[in-house]
Amino acid sequence: MEIERRSLESRQASARDMLRGDLEGEDLERYVEERVVTTTFEKMLNLARANSIFPLTFGLACCAIEAPISIVTARYDLARFGAEALRASPRQADLIILSGRVSIKMAPVVRRLYDQMLEPKWAISMGACSSSGGMFANYAVVQGADKFMPIDLHVPGCPPRPEAVMYGFNKLQRKIIGSPDQGWRARYNAAGTEEWARGGPASKPSIEAAEAYELARELAAKEPTRA
Amino acid sequence: MADLTADLVADRTTEMMTVNIGPHHPATHGVLRLVVDLEGEVVRDLKPVIGYVHTGIEKSCEDKSYWKVIPFVERMDYVSYFFQMEAYCGAVERLIGLEIPPRAKYLRTIFLELNRIHSHLVWLGTTALDLGAISMLWYCFRERDRILDLFEMATGQRMHTRYFQVGGVIEDIPVGFEEKCRSFVHDMPIRVGQYEALLDRNEVFLQRTKGVGIVSHERLLDLGVTGPLLRAAGDPWDLRKAFDYLAYPEMDFKIPVGTVGDNYDRYRVRVAEMVESTKIIGQALEALPGGPFIAEDRKYVLPPRSELSTSMESLIHHFKLVTEGFRVDPGEIYYAIEGPRGELGCFVLADGSSKPARVHFRDPSFVNLQSFADMAKDSYVADMICSLGMLDPILGGVDR
Amino acid sequence: MPDGPGLELLRGEIDADAPGAVLATSYEKERAALIVDPDRIVEVLTWLRDTPGQGYRFLSSLHVADYLPAEPRFGVHYELLNRERVERLRVKAMLPAEGPEIDSVTDLFPTANFQEREAFDFFGVVFHGHPELTRILLPEDYVGWPQRRDFPVGGEPVTFTYSEERYG
Repeated sequence: MEIERRSLESRQASARDMLRGDLEGEDLERYVEERVVTTTFEKMLNLARANSIFPLTFGLACCAIEAPISIVTARYDLARFGAEALRASPRQADLIILSGRVSIKMAPVVRRLYDQMLEPKWAISMGACSSSGGMFANYAVVQGADKFMPIDLHVPGCPPRPEAVMYGFNKLQRKIIGSPDQGWRARYNAAGTEEWARGGPASKPSIEAAEAYELARELAAKEPTRA
Repeated sequence: MADLTADLVADRTTEMMTVNIGPHHPATHGVLRLVVDLEGEVVRDLKPVIGYVHTGIEKSCEDKSYWKVIPFVERMDYVSYFFQMEAYCGAVERLIGLEIPPRAKYLRTIFLELNRIHSHLVWLGTTALDLGAISMLWYCFRERDRILDLFEMATGQRMHTRYFQVGGVIEDIPVGFEEKCRSFVHDMPIRVGQYEALLDRNEVFLQRTKGVGIVSHERLLDLGVTGPLLRAAGDPWDLRKAFDYLAYPEMDFKIPVGTVGDNYDRYRVRVAEMVESTKIIGQALEALPGGPFIAEDRKYVLPPRSELSTSMESLIHHFKLVTEGFRVDPGEIYYAIEGPRGELGCFVLADGSSKPARVHFRDPSFVNLQSFADMAKDSYVADMICSLGMLDPILGGVDR
Repeated sequence: MPDGPGLELLRGEIDADAPGAVLATSYEKERAALIVDPDRIVEVLTWLRDTPGQGYRFLSSLHVADYLPAEPRFGVHYELLNRERVERLRVKAMLPAEGPEIDSVTDLFPTANFQEREAFDFFGVVFHGHPELTRILLPEDYVGWPQRRDFPVGGEPVTFTYSEERYG
């Protein structure tokens, strides 16, 4: 049944009739159709999950002042995206924002926190230090949290502005809903221009490294996609 | 019935329980881990375990030329970044004997005091949050965003601005900065008055902070504690007044001092310091001299870009400074300034090459943390949390 | 800071009470330093703290610097501060490369507790008499003394496709 736009007065009249219990037959059906949307259960669930994320109050270093502290303050309000309730316990949180440099002493602690979180869970690596070690290429900083835990989203910056983190947060929400944003390569038809850090199609690693990459790719292909 | 309860009470023994708090805990003070010996709710002994955000900054600095060290060094204590820049740049300037122009001194003073207010605002917001006064976080961060707008206007970055360079500041302040800063300086004391109206005579706040966390003055000096913690115990020791550096000798400001040295005094001292800092900024803005904002010595300071197309020497200096950096004759120096948490000292050892041989920071939070065990002994866990807030440790500085 | 002549006077006074403890003096960049025999460090610091008229009762900082390739290699620096006269004085003790050991000054200056632990953690300098000399900033089971000049900075090189064979 098609829904044609009706004028405001006719819609108000039908609403009044509905409240009185006067609508019948075709009018009733049209009224209901205008207000009901059908979808799959997974889509509904993902929509609910994306719009009510509970971040973990977890701050490591400088990025912690921008998020999670500054991002929940009045100017860069994260509550408008549903993420107002920051939980202190990892058992109650969905999202861990790694805000700051991960030192070698802290890495097992972060991994344990991530393991204590319940599925479904996401991780945002905020800033350069947790994405790739940042400017600290030395013995004490783990060169990227990717080395010990799966990360869903990286936000560059040192420290990234709260708006940048919120932009990343929005992208994460779209990823959860199931329609992740197209990267610029898809938009501009630039596939094949990737410069892989290691193990990509154009790389020429040593024999052992090549075998290790193959094995890792097989394992990744076998793992089911996460909800 | 009474006999039964008497027996129960007599049978009950309290035993010591060792509890681990952190490194991830809701008190927003960074990754500090405390191993606490509890007898019931009373803390008997406390051991801080640190190192969870140790970044090896001092080691990284040995690998970089002198001006590349500046962004590393400012990421130590991550709410008072200008202070670390000043400690390092000041140390290197004294090593090479470079005199910075007066405008740079005043600009540095303005930014240092803005950073001090920023640090105290972050402290006040997060500590009040720990104590339950949750709305203070929003008010303090509203002011903090105004300060960060000023930083962004002048330097392009909200935090970690790399604004101070060896010889002065990297850029002059833009048009409009002075008015914005003046309006901030005008508004800030009113805001601080509002914060005081919320907390100063709040019964809950007073009960939580008065008489809590007292450490004797001699013990604080023995432990090397400086800054607002020492001033709250009644000692008017402030490196801005004791040593002459930057434009502080020409500024007229008071040193707020407490009486008893409990948490309430520490709170009052820091809030009063915010007002004094606004006075310093106002005076510095009034007296801001003209002239160059960075030293003219081309051997250590990059020449302005306009000269590069006309002067061959400038081109050579620029090339040398950017590729290798300037060299410093062998020597060592220790230079200390008054940071928001106490004495921030920088030790630079130069060995004649273009990279420092050792950069070490005497961080106030690291040394102040030693007094935490004394503050929290024989008090309740809630008092310990309050003392931790008033101690104001920033773990980036503690761990470096 | 005591100026050049003042520093020599100070050295003269210490030599009267503790002969042979001070090995040299150095005055550069308006900073005064005494280079002291490491075995007599506690004696010298006690003298500086307790002698009436000296009163260097505040230890600002205790840190170690590695002077490789010069020998003796480790320099333990004690930055002392006299708050009444507002004067700083640096006391240096040089330690050799094998077995860098020195007495702890935590009894004199309790502030040295964490700072000596940090020096031990980074350089391997052993402080005798310290109540709890364990690693403070690095993990307890870490092997190596990172801040020494011959310890590599660490980290890993960023690999791209053109450099992948080199870095594996």
